[in-house]
Amino acid sequence: MNTTPPRRDPAWLGRAFWFGAALALLWPMLVATEFRPWALFDADSRGPTLRFLGAFVPPALGGEFLWLVARETWRTVAIATAGITLALLIAIPATLMATRVLSVSALSGRMAPVPAALRQGLRWALVLLRSVPELVWALVFVRVVGLGPTAGVLAIALTYGGMLGKVYADILESGETQATRNLLANGAGRLQSFAYGLLPQNAAELTSYTVYRWECAIRSSVVLGFVGAGGLGQQLDNSTKMFAGGEVATMLLVFVALVALADRASAWLRRALA
Amino acid sequence: MKPYRLPPLFGARCKGCWFSAALVVLVVASFWSLDLQWRAFLSIEAARSMARFVGEFVPPDLSAAFARKVAAASLETLAMSALGTLLAAAAGLVLALPASRTHQGDPARARAPTRLLLNALRAVPELVWAALLLISAGLGPFAGTLALALHTTGVLGRLFAEAIENAPPGPAGALRGQGVGALRVFLYATLPQVLPQLISYALYRWENNIRAAAILGVVGAGGLGQLLAFHMGLFQMGKTATVLAAMVLLVALVDAASHTIRRLLAR
Repeated sequence: MNTTPPRRDPAWLGRAFWFGAALALLWPMLVATEFRPWALFDADSRGPTLRFLGAFVPPALGGEFLWLVARETWRTVAIATAGITLALLIAIPATLMATRVLSVSALSGRMAPVPAALRQGLRWALVLLRSVPELVWALVFVRVVGLGPTAGVLAIALTYGGMLGKVYADILESGETQATRNLLANGAGRLQSFAYGLLPQNAAELTSYTVYRWECAIRSSVVLGFVGAGGLGQQLDNSTKMFAGGEVATMLLVFVALVALADRASAWLRRALA
Repeated sequence: MKPYRLPPLFGARCKGCWFSAALVVLVVASFWSLDLQWRAFLSIEAARSMARFVGEFVPPDLSAAFARKVAAASLETLAMSALGTLLAAAAGLVLALPASRTHQGDPARARAPTRLLLNALRAVPELVWAALLLISAGLGPFAGTLALALHTTGVLGRLFAEAIENAPPGPAGALRGQGVGALRVFLYATLPQVLPQLISYALYRWENNIRAAAILGVVGAGGLGQLLAFHMGLFQMGKTATVLAAMVLLVALVDAASHTIRRLLAR
């Protein structure tokens, strides 16, 4: 009996094939993205980079500038909060209309065709709202209402409205629905069945998801500043374009602290709710 | 009958009312401090300009020359997202090793500083990274790819570290007991256990990154976003509509691809 293991890797053919295939796939990607890391160390890009990074120390800490940063930071949070509030105005009615659990006709087997079509259509509308990135909405609204926080708030409201509505409906449908169906079957109205059947069961999960999305909205609201929606992002964009390294450093630090704070707050809230 | 008394304000039961009050204050302060131009938005004039704006989207520009341009930009976006995710997966794995405590006796001195680095990478969004990288990498998809890679490294590094720490310790402990070195313990015991999870995390981030890559171009980092910002800036709405449609389509395609791969891997 031969007990010595084979000297050659028994799977070498497969390995070689997949390695070759990966290389063949990688090559066009490298070409398409103009992947030239050595360009980073070119003399004419190294100089400005080093000067920019050198200006990071010391961070700008002038009283007036810090006051400006504090005001813009609040604006960033305010845009996110106002956006999420408006998003809830879209999401909550849409969820109530789109949830299949609250269908009276579905109690006796199949949902009637008109409500079924309405619910599916609403769902598609929410998915469509969600699938356009908030930055694109912001670009559109900046054209209509001009530069300023209004565009940012509206952009967050639409994208997050779609997102929240879709996920709320999914959460409501994925849980235990017997209690709600019993309420409906015994003549309770749709809103009553929602308030006494669906909501108590899913309140913690719904709130926790909303808080998580608020945290995401703060990050989005910084990004939206780059297209002129105000807040920390806009200042960051201005300072970067002026190569003011010290100001950029301060704002990056504030931004990282803000995100960490929102992260903590949201984790704490979600734990308190669980 | 005793009249109903409100619970004490500072008791544990009143956590909820303090929370609600804080929430109301936050929302009211937000709306009050932002000088929102509702009048500009809700006026008839704004509605008319909005309608005109949307009306100009049709018909989308589907001429062969422009369609080719959009297709090229879509491929560029796809390559940016895929390469960015790949680089991030590699860098994330490298950083996840010092960022995880693999066994009880592991001093893991680098754990806290590495995690701090990962958190900082993660806290800065892709678009901000791209705007900063434009200075050293220049306009174009390369800056976008690097920006995606940096942010995603932070996200994946942390997820990978969690996965490594939560891997069942049995096989690794057995090898370590035989005196096998740390790297080989990782390669032959821990990695095979966590690899499916790592791949699934990376694919999930790829879905996120295709969305990010589509808009990174707005600051000049290549791909569909650059085309979008360019044509929208020139008010060529037909072309803008085509680019938007391509974005939505691309995102849907990548979602489907990633979903399929994950299902195949889970089998």
